[in-house]
Amino acid sequence: MPCTVTMTVNGKTVSREVEERTLLVTFLRDHLSLTGTHVGCDTSQCGACVVHVDGRSVKSCTTLAVQANGASVTTIEGLAAADGTLHPMQAAFREHHGLQCGFCTPGMVMSAVDLVRNNPTPTEHDIRDGLEGNICRCTGYHNIVKAVQAGAEAMNSPSAKAAAE
Amino acid sequence: MYAFTYQRPSTLADAVAAAQDEDAKLLGGGQTLLPTLKQRLAQPSALVDLSGVAEMKGIKAVDGGLEIGAFTRHAEVAHSDLVKATIPALASLAEGIGDRQVRNMGTMGGSIANADPSADYPSAVVALKATVTTDRRTIAGDDFFTGMFETALEPGEIVKSVRFSTPDKAAYAKFRNPASRYAIVGVFVAKHGAEVRVAVTGAAGSVFRVPAFEAALAANFTAEALNGLSVSADDLNADLHASADYRAHLVTVMAKRAVEAAG
Repeated sequence: MPCTVTMTVNGKTVSREVEERTLLVTFLRDHLSLTGTHVGCDTSQCGACVVHVDGRSVKSCTTLAVQANGASVTTIEGLAAADGTLHPMQAAFREHHGLQCGFCTPGMVMSAVDLVRNNPTPTEHDIRDGLEGNICRCTGYHNIVKAVQAGAEAMNSPSAKAAAE
Repeated sequence: MYAFTYQRPSTLADAVAAAQDEDAKLLGGGQTLLPTLKQRLAQPSALVDLSGVAEMKGIKAVDGGLEIGAFTRHAEVAHSDLVKATIPALASLAEGIGDRQVRNMGTMGGSIANADPSADYPSAVVALKATVTTDRRTIAGDDFFTGMFETALEPGEIVKSVRFSTPDKAAYAKFRNPASRYAIVGVFVAKHGAEVRVAVTGAAGSVFRVPAFEAALAANFTAEALNGLSVSADDLNADLHASADYRAHLVTVMAKRAVEAAG
């Protein structure tokens, strides 16, 4: 039986009719055409589908769209500024070669942003621990950790904090 | 997933009414249920989402311990200043469940009602002398887990909150599966005055206590007190991750680590 879900996605209010069993990732990709959020394993392991729901990182392949009804959702498409300026974490991933094929990157970046918001000065251990829910098959993680360290510093800079407010 | 209907009641009474349909399933954070549904291993007619029930949320100090609402997410327990100050071992256990995204969704009530043999919380419920309050009664933590994926809950009965006793000392030590982060063996040790509880998860079909360890630690709360003690491998789980003998070995190792961590 279709139902209507309404949520704020990347700052815009959207409303669509979906089936109750529609996953949040399906809603984002197929109903809203926001294909930056990836489906990797589809079994809650890999983290390619991580988005923010009311500021918390979640796996959108293991969340129903109806569970996010009324929530504010941010996807990788919502991180950069309106003029295209990359979010400091996105810029850090590019600068530090925190990706190779790029498939896991949207989820990595969304997890990293959530991590730094809750722990502004993470240690290497904190970063590796905080990214446990994200799997990368290319990089060996080393440059991802460097990117998150640099991204955290950039997010903590006065100009980035001013832009986030 | 097979199709189902979806309800999000705002009171426990409405949730109980909705759960009376025998083919209905309760939805906590969904981190076990949704993967199960995606594999078509279950076909509920209805999902009753408990996220709107305010009386099932929150963490508060009560006489002798903490009361935690069933719809409290693992991340909330892990980051709660009250839990960290009162029962730090419980916050630490919650921080070790799954990964960050699972902890942001998964709930305590969902975990204990599901009673996965490798879940972390059952060990805390038993070791911390918890009582489980449902929509209709109070169940002692010792009586709550009855088998693999089985609890004392009646059909349609909903866990409302869990009340944990503050121990003098406690720690949880887990040997985890590195992929799933579930416990291959997890041991929660808690000292309550003269009484010591040792609760083991992951090793058997359901959480169990180890009376020999408890007696040894009650007499002498040190890791050395467990030298030479072990549990029988009979009836322990054996799978591709660990044999029953290896799990039996790990029970002693993790119990010692927990005692050392408890200090």
